[in-house]
Amino acid sequence: MKRLKIGVFGLQGDIEEHVAITRLALARMGLEGDVIWAKTAEDIKSLDGLIIPGGESTVIGRLAEYNRALKTVKERIYEGMPVLGTCAGLIMLARKVYDRVVGEVRQPILGVMDVVVERNAFGRQRESFEVNLRIPVLGEEPFKGVFIRAPAIRGMGPKVEALCRLNEIVVAAKQHNMIGVSFHPELTNDTRLHQYFIKIVRDVT
Amino acid sequence: MISLVSSVLRPKGLRTEKLEGAEVFRGTTLVKRGFAHMLKHGVIMDVTNVEQAQIAEDAGAVAVMVLDKLPYDVRRAGGVARTASLEAIQAILDHVTIPVMAKCRIGHTYEARVLEEAGVDMIDESEVLTPADEKRHIWKWDFTTPFVNGARNLGEALRRIEEGASMIRTKGEPGTGNVAEAVKHIRIVNNEIRRVRAVYEDGDHEELIRIARELGASYEIVAETGRLGRLPVVNFAAGGIATPAECGLNDDSRMRRGLRRLRNLQV
Repeated sequence: MKRLKIGVFGLQGDIEEHVAITRLALARMGLEGDVIWAKTAEDIKSLDGLIIPGGESTVIGRLAEYNRALKTVKERIYEGMPVLGTCAGLIMLARKVYDRVVGEVRQPILGVMDVVVERNAFGRQRESFEVNLRIPVLGEEPFKGVFIRAPAIRGMGPKVEALCRLNEIVVAAKQHNMIGVSFHPELTNDTRLHQYFIKIVRDVT
Repeated sequence: MISLVSSVLRPKGLRTEKLEGAEVFRGTTLVKRGFAHMLKHGVIMDVTNVEQAQIAEDAGAVAVMVLDKLPYDVRRAGGVARTASLEAIQAILDHVTIPVMAKCRIGHTYEARVLEEAGVDMIDESEVLTPADEKRHIWKWDFTTPFVNGARNLGEALRRIEEGASMIRTKGEPGTGNVAEAVKHIRIVNNEIRRVRAVYEDGDHEELIRIARELGASYEIVAETGRLGRLPVVNFAAGGIATPAECGLNDDSRMRRGLRRLRNLQV
């Protein structure tokens, strides 16, 4: 079987944590693979799957636009490369973004996933929280959701499937090769979401 | 998984609440230290008003730090330097989407309370302002809002983490535009971590606890630092960092060894 190559979009944010948990997930699945920091368009072109980490979406977007990786990421996703976005990564994927307090925001995003995302939807850092989530595709056992100034999915197109809700609020969703989540699985030891993503990468590779 | 070493049991800053019918936990060590992880590889810029905050946001700052006066002006003005005005902080909170931090005086628990109520995302218990308590720091586990503290060496860093700091910034010489002090303190912390790591890898517990006593920190956090080979929380380089090249210097691989690196740019 082909050795998988997964990249973590390495411009800003908790890149190392994603690299570490993706390696752990591969090991737990008994798969061979390389996990790299993908910074440039060239790096992106070589990948089987991409993870966009948590961080500040304004910073990741601006840097990606500046080094011209943004366009390549978009092309690769349209070609079918699987992508997982957590927190800022979900914001990058969204078709439309607005901020809870500031409202309309102008920031470079990918705009590939048919979701409308509200930034800082649960409030500021003081309101950040941990909660046990039920994510049916990952099994019965609760998943610890770490929400840090987290965004929420406020609108979804017909091709988007909700993977997890906090009461009525969608906090994880999937559209074909794209997964976007509001929370930070990479800050925990739970590799189930990364394993779920790696399976998608393996299936299309 | 990020390190949760030295967390106290049931801190006052931990709040259990209902949200959307679910039980949620706010102010946990994971949520507080996790916030600092989201800032990594970014630049935090000092600002005094909304206009500067928006310039910082547009320029790609990962967060802004609100001060009454910039460090350069604090040094020049002399006298007692306090936290920024609430009007300025509130205006900035309402106009930028990136995290907003503000400084309080060392040991000034009530200035910190005011900042927490104002809703800032992180509180900097900062030596740039005039200390309110010359012997003690704030017990930061009582707060739901995370704190960042300055440190010039490993002992200071670990003591601040044990008091509840969720992020460390290695100090420089604020307001000088001179990066040498920032470089010096990163080097000191890195060298100390290298030593702790070597002792940890040798399994020399007698020496580890001796080092812990020398540093004024617990055996537990010293051993964790040795295991990780870096500080257990994110570190930013701060003070006198004025240009992108100086950010680069402080994010260089030789500097970052042993540290969760970040950089702090002052405008």
